[in-house]
Amino acid sequence: MSAQTLITVRGVWKFFGDFAALRDIDLEVDRGATLALLGRNGAGKTTLLRMLAALSKPSRGSITLEGGELRSEAQRRRIGVIGHGIWIYDDLTAAENLEFFASLYAIPDPQPRIDQWLEATGLARVRNSRTREFSRGMRQRLAIARAFFHEPEILLLDEPFTALDDRAAALLAGLIEKAHGEERTVLISTHQLREALALATDVAVLDRGRLAFRGPNTAELRAAPEDFYRRHTEING
Amino acid sequence: MGFLRSALAITVKDLRVELRSKEVINAALSFALVILLLFSFTFDPTGEETRAMSGGLLWLVFSFAGVLVLNRSFARETVNDCLDGLIASPVSGAALFLGKVLVNTLLLLLLELVCLPVFGVFYNVPWLGIFGQLLPVLVLGTWGLTVIGTVFSALTVNVNLRELMLPLLVFPITVPALMASVQLTTLLFNGQPVEMLWFRVLVGFDLIFTLLGLALVELVLVG
Repeated sequence: MSAQTLITVRGVWKFFGDFAALRDIDLEVDRGATLALLGRNGAGKTTLLRMLAALSKPSRGSITLEGGELRSEAQRRRIGVIGHGIWIYDDLTAAENLEFFASLYAIPDPQPRIDQWLEATGLARVRNSRTREFSRGMRQRLAIARAFFHEPEILLLDEPFTALDDRAAALLAGLIEKAHGEERTVLISTHQLREALALATDVAVLDRGRLAFRGPNTAELRAAPEDFYRRHTEING
Repeated sequence: MGFLRSALAITVKDLRVELRSKEVINAALSFALVILLLFSFTFDPTGEETRAMSGGLLWLVFSFAGVLVLNRSFARETVNDCLDGLIASPVSGAALFLGKVLVNTLLLLLLELVCLPVFGVFYNVPWLGIFGQLLPVLVLGTWGLTVIGTVFSALTVNVNLRELMLPLLVFPITVPALMASVQLTTLLFNGQPVEMLWFRVLVGFDLIFTLLGLALVELVLVG
């Protein structure tokens, strides 16, 4: 583990019954890195990200943040997540949703930050409307605001561009670039190779629960990403 | 301090959602009133026997209606995967549990306060004069039911037949609290002095299972 290492995954296995969704994963992520986590459906990307988000525990092995236990409240405060669900309450307004998450993250005087995020996501006009009345794109933008709202040091983004409308996708890409500029650490799991490689500094490929590749995002890789991806996702036949 | 603030944030959020959607309170209240009405046709409201089992009747209604409230406690967090948002946040499982128990207790107490006058009219039971003594029994009995119900609501949140599972899990464990609540309520309705033994059983039950719930809920939610 180098002085720069922020996330350390050591010998992690995850079983669902007898099925091993992750097999002996060893992975280190440096502070400030943007890691694209690639792999086919069922490769274990979501399972790994859920464990990194402290939503489930490894069956074997350990995951630490700078050597500290991931599930501690102080560590969870450092993490922001966009998962498959949007984590938004339909019967609360846009502003109330952000207020609620501000209270969970104990953000003092959250109102200016709420105003700023609603403005940035184009939701200021509907801040007092219940989110069940929102279009899909508006809900997605609110989910992005919710994930970035507490200014997390680590961002875990699980298929974040899937089903986003153009506006939400542009907003998210801008925020990821900004996060990288601010030396925040980003992990993006995705199928969308070219978008991910345009943003990533590092690449990891999961194949059937195993780590098939881990390395920097090079010009060579970006030139022919499909070849690279095919080579590593067929590593086990 | 942070623990209590987090618990209260969850309580306030759930209350706000419930007051807007009225998803739980409408169903539970209608159910409770229908049972009270049906039972009133079955028994002679002026009979001594009815008075003797009035506590049991009332707590039967509160328990069944309570399960409807408790069923939705964690189930409502599955919409948009909001439960993941709570688990990933820096809020302890214990604070989440306490917040849920508080809101469930408040909703059930509200339901009980609406049902009491209806019960008084249908069964000819004077309750207003003993309300001061009855209130602690309602609060303690309801707390016992919601503590157990909230733990099992978390445990069964991803189970397909959770509506069926919850009462099967909750009622056997809450028997001591329900027995104590029934005995104390019946004594009060019949103008007899409260037996401290039942009161102690109720307080002891609440204390033990609140502490167990606070300690175990993290395991229930994250494994």
